[in-house]
Amino acid sequence: MNAIAHARRAPYVCASCIRRLHHAAPRTARTYTSNKTNGSFPVAAARSPRFALKAPARAVHLLRNGYSTASEKPKPLRLAIIGSGPAGFYTAHRLMKQVQDVVVDMYEKLPVPYGLVRFGVAPDHPEVKNCQDTFEEVAASPRFNYIGNVEIGKTLALADMKPHYDAILFAYGASEDRKLGIPGEDLPGVYSAREFVGWYNGHPQFAHLKPELDSGERAVVIGHGNVALDVARILVAPLAQLRKTDIAEHAVAALARSKIKRVEVVGRRGPLQASYTVKEARELMQFQKVGFKSTSLRNLYPENTKTLPRVQQRLADVLLKGSTVSKQEHKKRWELSFMKSPHAIHVKKNRLNEPIGDHVHSIEFQKTRFVPGADPLSKDARVELDDEIVTSEASIVFRSIGYKSTPLPGLSDLGVPFDQKLGIIPNDAHGRIISPSEGPGNLSAGHLPGLYAVGWVKRGPTGVIVSTMMDAFTTADVIVEDWSASSPFLNGEKGRSTSTGLGWDGVKDNVLAQGVKPVDWEAWKRIDKAERERGKEKGKVRLKFVDEEEMKAAAGLA
Amino acid sequence: MSGRLQWPNALSRALKSEQGTLTTPLSLHRRAFSSRTSSSRVQTPWRPQEPQWRTTNITLQSFARNRRKFSSTPIPRHNHLDPPKPGEERHVTFITKEGESFTFDVADGDNLLDIAQENDLEMEGACGGSCACSTCHVIVESEDMYNKMEEPDDDENDMLDLAFGLQETSRLGCQVKMSKELDGLVVRLPSMTRNLQASDFDSK
Ligand SMILES: Cc1cc2nc3c(=O)[nH]c(=O)nc-3n(C[C@H](O)[C@H](O)[C@H](O)COP(=O)(O)OP(=O)(O)OC[C@H]3O[C@@H](n4cnc5c(N)ncnc54)[C@H](O)[C@@H]3O)c2cc1C
Ligand SMILES: NC(=O)c1ccc[n+]([C@@H]2O[C@H](COP(=O)([O-])OP(=O)(O)OC[C@H]3O[C@@H](n4cnc5c(N)ncnc54)[C@H](OP(=O)(O)O)[C@@H]3O)[C@@H](O)[C@H]2O)c1
Ligand code: FES
Repeated sequence: MNAIAHARRAPYVCASCIRRLHHAAPRTARTYTSNKTNGSFPVAAARSPRFALKAPARAVHLLRNGYSTASEKPKPLRLAIIGSGPAGFYTAHRLMKQVQDVVVDMYEKLPVPYGLVRFGVAPDHPEVKNCQDTFEEVAASPRFNYIGNVEIGKTLALADMKPHYDAILFAYGASEDRKLGIPGEDLPGVYSAREFVGWYNGHPQFAHLKPELDSGERAVVIGHGNVALDVARILVAPLAQLRKTDIAEHAVAALARSKIKRVEVVGRRGPLQASYTVKEARELMQFQKVGFKSTSLRNLYPENTKTLPRVQQRLADVLLKGSTVSKQEHKKRWELSFMKSPHAIHVKKNRLNEPIGDHVHSIEFQKTRFVPGADPLSKDARVELDDEIVTSEASIVFRSIGYKSTPLPGLSDLGVPFDQKLGIIPNDAHGRIISPSEGPGNLSAGHLPGLYAVGWVKRGPTGVIVSTMMDAFTTADVIVEDWSASSPFLNGEKGRSTSTGLGWDGVKDNVLAQGVKPVDWEAWKRIDKAERERGKEKGKVRLKFVDEEEMKAAAGLA
Repeated sequence: MSGRLQWPNALSRALKSEQGTLTTPLSLHRRAFSSRTSSSRVQTPWRPQEPQWRTTNITLQSFARNRRKFSSTPIPRHNHLDPPKPGEERHVTFITKEGESFTFDVADGDNLLDIAQENDLEMEGACGGSCACSTCHVIVESEDMYNKMEEPDDDENDMLDLAFGLQETSRLGCQVKMSKELDGLVVRLPSMTRNLQASDFDSK
């Protein structure tokens, strides 16, 4: 058996070892997944709940001695993870390192994994996607099943899953976005950043968005977060640079026709309250032919910025220095404006104030001021509306004011509540889901046994991958803690779970009967390989399939 | 669903209190099945040796129920880094968040991320050492030593901005390479699980 095949058979293999082995030998298929009948997943442990697992507590390193052994035991922890973004993967990572007898089934509604790492992170930030190496390491374990193309709440009901699992982890992120709630928000030419980001990253749902980048010169982006800066950067970045990335081809074509020359990024508070980070601001200052302007910036910063806390001070340095590209040199310009709250979006009007067409033409903002008593230097300083209205011309508008989680259909069948206001599944801040109906007096103090949340659906839609990772580690740690303390899990009284432990094997007939073809990790690797090969021909790192049918065809499932 | 949710008392108190932090009561349990010794000693990973890790036999298993078992397997080591030339060994010590310290003999040019991962210390390195994530954050114990290092560049500082528990002498492990000047370097590893702050749940 060659080294890689051997590696992939090991229960939990160090990513770094696998990387190094791949350097030495071309990738070969994982050998333990030979039974490729539809929907049959290669997890011996899944066959019987009483199957004894042999797995080390930590990653196995292949390049030196070998495998640690642990003794057999009767019943593994069968866990379903809903969502294959960083939250789900990092929880599996931590959990599988700590609990040797956990078997994880990860469900993903799309055929392809990684959530926002694939469909959110900007194409010109490939180094951020290196976390996928860790996810591959996790997926290489026979204690892990990837089940793509199965949407929970649609293809598979939560209530049907419950009898077969000891625990369910909600890691399904945020698949909606917040709305402004102002007139004109739905006019043609107004897009959410989520749609636009999904479009340039090749998300199947947004492949046909066709944003109108050639209808005029001015774009307005609402919001002062990193997503807003991602959108601005894609609009002004040199195309030659983007072309080589894994950006979708339809986006390259549309950006080549783009007429946009000015991009105004508007915040409702000041620079000290903005949530973008310095790296992203700096990147926008470093393009050769892109200028920067901000009229209100200087006045909103204190005279001496050296007294600011480190993070704000470094951001101030970058923003106040601006871009070195002069007005004569620049082909495009981006602009930051502050203290403006969106008020209404308008179409073009004639002299009689009658609307012409239905396309966005301008956006009105209401100026804001800090509420009395607020410290303008504080990150949390609040603002209130002023009377003054200012208008920006806009041929296209992007709303980048945050993503939003929604309740998964069937949550209530498990007694899981959803907090619409915060957009999260209520939890004890560690990740145990809580319900008001399991109130005090009950020993479980509101916890719903065996039900956990992680990532954006646990905390709300903020935080970089590192915060999501830390959050995932916390959730994993409480699952470990509960499991080791023999706390109640799904379907059971204290310590005595009556779950069948069948996991995916218990529900797959239900899925297959609907004609749905699940994508396992092997199938994803075939998609991955095909995308890389297609990309190579075009001088790109990867050329994504943007159509789910194409994905399935590449996986050999169509 | 309609209506506001009632949060359990303890939680709502924690969420309301400005400074209210919730800590994972896991430290105890982790200590219970740590498989490492806590003495500080020099280890030379590339020479075949006697057992390198002494395994404590206290595992959770001894007091948890039979069906739930955790492993306390000794950690195998592996060779991704080249050994230092004889006479050119540099020493570096890592102090884990549990307070255990581990000292290694390493070669010039090795970076702290590689050294930590080689030796299975808890350091994620999510971006693979490309200065894009801050999961290799370390805190240099001595200010003198910190001053001997080359200044962090903009890229490193940008990522340090995002690191949790940032200190005056914080660095990114993947950007610090061992050298003669840094012989005897001691760094601390910050916790990779964060104590949740009440503000994490604020809605704007
Ligand atoms: C545009 C954008 C750019 C970003 N760029 C960066 C960056 O450069 N660096 C950085 O550190 N962080 C970045 N982030 C933040 C980072 O992406 C998040 O912290 C992280 O992805 C959140 O992880 P998650 O797993 O909770 O959610 P997600 O990544 O969204 O994963 C959720 C997964 O669940 C799946 N799912 C949803 N519903 C179902 C269902 N019913 N059944 C099955 N599966 C389902 C989804 O398809 C998705 O794959 C960015 C975020 C955005 C929005
Ligand atoms: N490169 C990267 O590292 C990267 C890239 C992309 C995303 N991310 C991360 O992903 C997370 C999500 O990013 P995000 O940009 O979507 O969210 P975000 O950081 O929360 O920013 C949202 C912005 O929208 C504004 N906003 C909200 N409601 C508004 C309203 N009604 N009117 C006007 N403005 C409004 C907010 O202003 P207020 O502050 O005034 O509410 C804020 O400026 C963040 O943690 C981000 O760091 C990281
Ligand atoms: S490993 Fe990501 S910054 Fe060092």
